[in-house]
Amino acid sequence: MKLKSIIAAALLAVLTSGQASAQEQTKVTIATEGAYAPWNFSGPNGALEGFEIDLAKVLCERMKAECEIVAQNWDGIIPSLTAKKYDAIMAAMSVTPKREEVIAFSTPYAAGINGFAVAADSPLADMPGTGESYSLDSQAADAQKRIDEIAALLKGKAVGVQGSTTASTFMDTYFKDGVDTLPYKTTEEHNFDLVSGRLDAVLANATVLAAALEKPDMQGAKLSGPLFSGGVFGVIAVGLRKEDIALKAQFDEAIKGALADGTIKELSLKWFRVDVSPRG
Amino acid sequence: MSFDLPFVAESFVALLRGIPLTLQLTVLSVVSGGILAFGLAFMRISRKWWLDAPAQFYIFVFRGTPLLVQIYIIYYGLSQFPVLRHSVLWPFLREAYWCAVLALAFNTAAYSAEIIRGGLLSVPAGQVEAARACGMSGLLLFRRIVMRLALRQMLPGYSNEIILMVKSTALASTITLLEITGMAAKLISESYRPVEIFVCAGAIYLAINFLVTRLFAWLEYAVTPKNRNSEERRA
Repeated sequence: MKLKSIIAAALLAVLTSGQASAQEQTKVTIATEGAYAPWNFSGPNGALEGFEIDLAKVLCERMKAECEIVAQNWDGIIPSLTAKKYDAIMAAMSVTPKREEVIAFSTPYAAGINGFAVAADSPLADMPGTGESYSLDSQAADAQKRIDEIAALLKGKAVGVQGSTTASTFMDTYFKDGVDTLPYKTTEEHNFDLVSGRLDAVLANATVLAAALEKPDMQGAKLSGPLFSGGVFGVIAVGLRKEDIALKAQFDEAIKGALADGTIKELSLKWFRVDVSPRG
Repeated sequence: MSFDLPFVAESFVALLRGIPLTLQLTVLSVVSGGILAFGLAFMRISRKWWLDAPAQFYIFVFRGTPLLVQIYIIYYGLSQFPVLRHSVLWPFLREAYWCAVLALAFNTAAYSAEIIRGGLLSVPAGQVEAARACGMSGLLLFRRIVMRLALRQMLPGYSNEIILMVKSTALASTITLLEITGMAAKLISESYRPVEIFVCAGAIYLAINFLVTRLFAWLEYAVTPKNRNSEERRA
């Protein structure tokens, strides 16, 4: 008797909670890092700005949802999502198999393009493939050739990456031996160390590096070597809890709409001056 | 959430690789900070304002600002000055390791100086007078009487400081060092399982601090005369 009622209560709880997540959400809290210009950053007045902030507003309008955007440290951004501190992540987060074990992703809204930056007066200033662009999927062989050439140049050098990013996965995958890869909390911090000379190179999202290189204190640095996309860099999407199926459907539809009518391309050109929309 | 035992064991073993760096940072900063602290403590009790004032200012600054801020200023702040980057200090300040040791040492020196000063001031004037009456002076007096008595007063406070230092080394992870906390952050970035990994990291700090506590308990026992055997007392 008692057991039965407990089971019934548990079933009811499961059913109703399932219902709750199957309903369309009208209030969505979205987390971003706020330190990844021009994707997301704190503007001069302290408010969050950037490509993803604009995009989030567009998507929320399409979903007819009331959105709140909050800033969250990068290294805790996934655990806090699963702990229900917010409902979605829009922080230039690439879809990776490891992350997919823990959270779900919407349909992609951008491609991840990464490259190296070095000091302009360093011997690494003109690494092979500068100005070229390779996909780690469709041009795997050519990309590997360039990577081998660059690995020879980077031997014994210190390369900074932001920890827990696809950039650090890329370094661990392709430059495991002979290169000293150092993890930083933010890209701003590894840029400081590139300028100070502690680092020989940094690897990060090319749009983020391009924006940083325009700042006066980064005058002595430049992009070097080819840009890489696909493979470990994957595509960038909204991170969601696995059980929030309805919310994923809402985001998917909104993103598809914003891709189709050119809104994402327009925002991308505004913030990056290049189109980062995912292809295909 | 389920607790996955093989994963916990695996994380624990991986985190053990961070222990040598944590211990190095602690020992180097405690030793060098301790030496600096003695200098500061003597400046404080020198009764000369031109020695006392700078020591007071130093302690005020390093106790009054967060250690994390001190680490950032030494690591990111100093490197912003081209003059410094071209100086003889740069090979040393270039390394995150030495920046962390420097910040930790400067910080602990400020706290330890006050602990040492407190210990030295606690020595009763009568004891010093008695020693002088026996003909002791200078270093001999300091070594045999003042330091013996002061040490006993300092130990409980100082053991607190060492325990805090072991834990403070975790902040070195913010400047790319892979000590226990840095290693934990790296493992979390690969697995997205913060609970298991941080629990393991916490257990390791607990084990280290357990040993530190035991060491100081033994030291306190050893410097308390009534615990010494009669043989020693006669000598």
